[in-house]
Amino acid sequence: MRGNAAAVQERYLKLKAGADARVKALYSEPVIRVGTATCGIAAGALPVKEAFARAVEEKGLPAKVIEVGCMGHCYAEPLAIISRPGFPSLCYGYLDAELAARLVEDFLINDDPCYEFALVALEPNDVFPTFSDFPRGVYEQKIVLEHCGFIDPGDIDHYIARGGYGALAAALGKNPAEVLEAVKASHLRGRGGAGFPAGLKWEAAVKAGSGEKYVICNADEGDPGAFMDRGILESCPHQVIEGMLLCAYAVGAEKGYFYIRAEYPLAVERVRRALEQAREKGLLGKDILGSDFSCELEIFQGSGAFVCGEATALVRSMEGKMGIPATRPPRLAEAGYRGRPTVLNNVKTFAYVPPILNRGVEWFRSIGTEDNPGTAVFSLVGKVAHTGLVEVPMGTTLRQLIYDVGEGLANGKAFKAVQIGGPSGGCLPESALDIPIDFDSLQEAGAIMGSGGLVVLDEDDCMVAIARYFLEFTQQESCGKCTFCRLGTKHMLDILTRITEGRGEPQDLEILEELAEEVRAGSLCNLGATAPNPVLTTLRYFRDEYEAHIFEKRCPALMCKELIVYYIEPQRCSKLCNVCVGSCPVEAIYTREDGLKAIDQEKCVKCDNCLKTCPPDYNAVIKLSPPGLLAEKEGKRP
Amino acid sequence: MRKGVVFLPLLQGEEELIRKSVDKALRKHEATRENLIPILLQVQEALGYLPGLAMEQIAAALKMPAVEVYGLATFYNQFRLHPPGKHQVKVCMGTACYMVGGRIALECFERRLGIKEGETTPDREFSLERVACVGCCTMAPVVVVDEHVEGKVTPTRVDGILLSFGKAIASGAEAAGKKGEGAS
Repeated sequence: MRGNAAAVQERYLKLKAGADARVKALYSEPVIRVGTATCGIAAGALPVKEAFARAVEEKGLPAKVIEVGCMGHCYAEPLAIISRPGFPSLCYGYLDAELAARLVEDFLINDDPCYEFALVALEPNDVFPTFSDFPRGVYEQKIVLEHCGFIDPGDIDHYIARGGYGALAAALGKNPAEVLEAVKASHLRGRGGAGFPAGLKWEAAVKAGSGEKYVICNADEGDPGAFMDRGILESCPHQVIEGMLLCAYAVGAEKGYFYIRAEYPLAVERVRRALEQAREKGLLGKDILGSDFSCELEIFQGSGAFVCGEATALVRSMEGKMGIPATRPPRLAEAGYRGRPTVLNNVKTFAYVPPILNRGVEWFRSIGTEDNPGTAVFSLVGKVAHTGLVEVPMGTTLRQLIYDVGEGLANGKAFKAVQIGGPSGGCLPESALDIPIDFDSLQEAGAIMGSGGLVVLDEDDCMVAIARYFLEFTQQESCGKCTFCRLGTKHMLDILTRITEGRGEPQDLEILEELAEEVRAGSLCNLGATAPNPVLTTLRYFRDEYEAHIFEKRCPALMCKELIVYYIEPQRCSKLCNVCVGSCPVEAIYTREDGLKAIDQEKCVKCDNCLKTCPPDYNAVIKLSPPGLLAEKEGKRP
Repeated sequence: MRKGVVFLPLLQGEEELIRKSVDKALRKHEATRENLIPILLQVQEALGYLPGLAMEQIAAALKMPAVEVYGLATFYNQFRLHPPGKHQVKVCMGTACYMVGGRIALECFERRLGIKEGETTPDREFSLERVACVGCCTMAPVVVVDEHVEGKVTPTRVDGILLSFGKAIASGAEAAGKKGEGAS
């Protein structure tokens, strides 16, 4: 126990009372919360926020416009929540400046909440459905994302008013060993990808003896297609800070670092501000909340190397060296940053700690499965209708995640595969959709949980091309230390490139499989050891597509440029429409003597623009594979 | 891993500018190995890129061989060794973007600007790069132009973006002459 437990608690309650009063005062008048995480901003949230602010000012209303993070419903960005005393808080999507001005006028002045534009209500009420009335709300359970999108990440009081830093205040009144014991008993597994139990990692750092120790939060989210960590840091940085402080207290560290990618400037900015505010409130720095526990947290900006997500490489890059992985043991918990015991966990892992301590180990273990308690956070993207940041209990099936939470595939296309775990993961087919999401089941199926990127692929996606894409990524990001990773992936990439260009040879698949095994066995770190996964899973589940490329020179998904040609069907083409001619960037489309359009194959660069712009009434532009089909079609011309 | 880099000749007065920004970065950060990445980031922020001269000066201050600084700068994607164009175009090549046409958008920029990814137009107006993932996967395909994120970018939108910067779009016949330059 450190210091006086009662005094710490009293000081926290004082902070809490202050925060409560401020937030209550804020919500006594209408509040408009605009989601301004990076994705919201990209969708145009800032002009929407300005439009709200302008309308409120013009009308002289007492309403406040504030910025919040990401609610996870990215498909409907820009989003805003309007709370007005006497009404349920309503969330509106697909906003623009005009709609924003109208909502201020209609809702805040004329008492009409414009239900036709509302997506969902936040609190149960008699007039409008809430999250739990939608399939997504039934399956979702938010622990890490609980506050994301609802609180102002730039105002610490919003987090404190929701009970934030309560776990820290309570823990400071206990023995550090009790905190460690709780995390161990919760069976929390690290959310960085491998699923190593967090409690055991922490314990190893405790056992490594006393003296200087470090806590590092790994926010070097490099997987293409994943943005969970960014979303959390931009939306609720304090929860991660609290988790890191709890870890530091448990293992006896007095210094910690956020390792954040430099590609995430907004996340860096918001964490920096959050740290400043925590320091002002006495929640960070010397003698936290009047106890004798001191801990300082700082930001270190990563510089864009995928391999730095690997723990030893990350630490080396913090020491100003090239991020090249080192052999283990010694593990970081024994000798890490500056040679001292270091606990390195993912953003999400730290974010779980405060809720676990607040609500208890039993509560946490009641969610998810026996060996995989808690939830899984995914960035659900690709060809799914409702893209976004989702959090479901472990053990939910992929089918539920894609069809219920994500509302199925976009544009009525047929499902083909789901890519999980980024470049280290794999592509799973329809038949694997009923396996539960947890660390062990996914690994058995050939994919990995990874940090949580989940890309849905449909019939238009070529599996050979996607395997090639991921291998190109790992090949470029290989640090070059291990020969098999450096040269083996290059050789595999060359073979895959040949196949997608129609120059595949019959023995290629065998060589690919052989190389994949060797790269897996001959690489020191997980970047190399998992690099062949995308190739192996696509070979396992979609071998027929590889064979079509090699033996028939045909791309079944009509995606590989060298294996397709564009063709305008004379029967469907309207003579009077010139859209395709205008859309072609290289003037490859011309009008024939009979008024129909045709493509000069010599000029065509296969940019897909004519197919996209041909009006749906005609849909006259089609793709053919193999290119040999063209002669057959042209022979039949009227 | 990147290929070797040929440094462009410095502009008039640039040498002085480099010296100033290196000094400023070294005043802010202690000259230790641990601060090497932060120092490089700050210099790059001031100059827009890392000229060879700056790396040599930093190496001298940190008492380490210049080749080690160069090795570090080429190891991390964040560092660029050639001057940026007035307008920087970054095409996202994350999974989601790649699958829905990021490659097509990149090829359109290459065709319109007459340069390849990683290059700068001779008039230094535009530079074109591909970036791993900007984390806006739900808006795929994404292009970042001067910190401004553009979502759902089609070939027509590419022309629109370039036109908005006053770039004359080559007529189809001219562009057709350059056919076949697109990277695979």
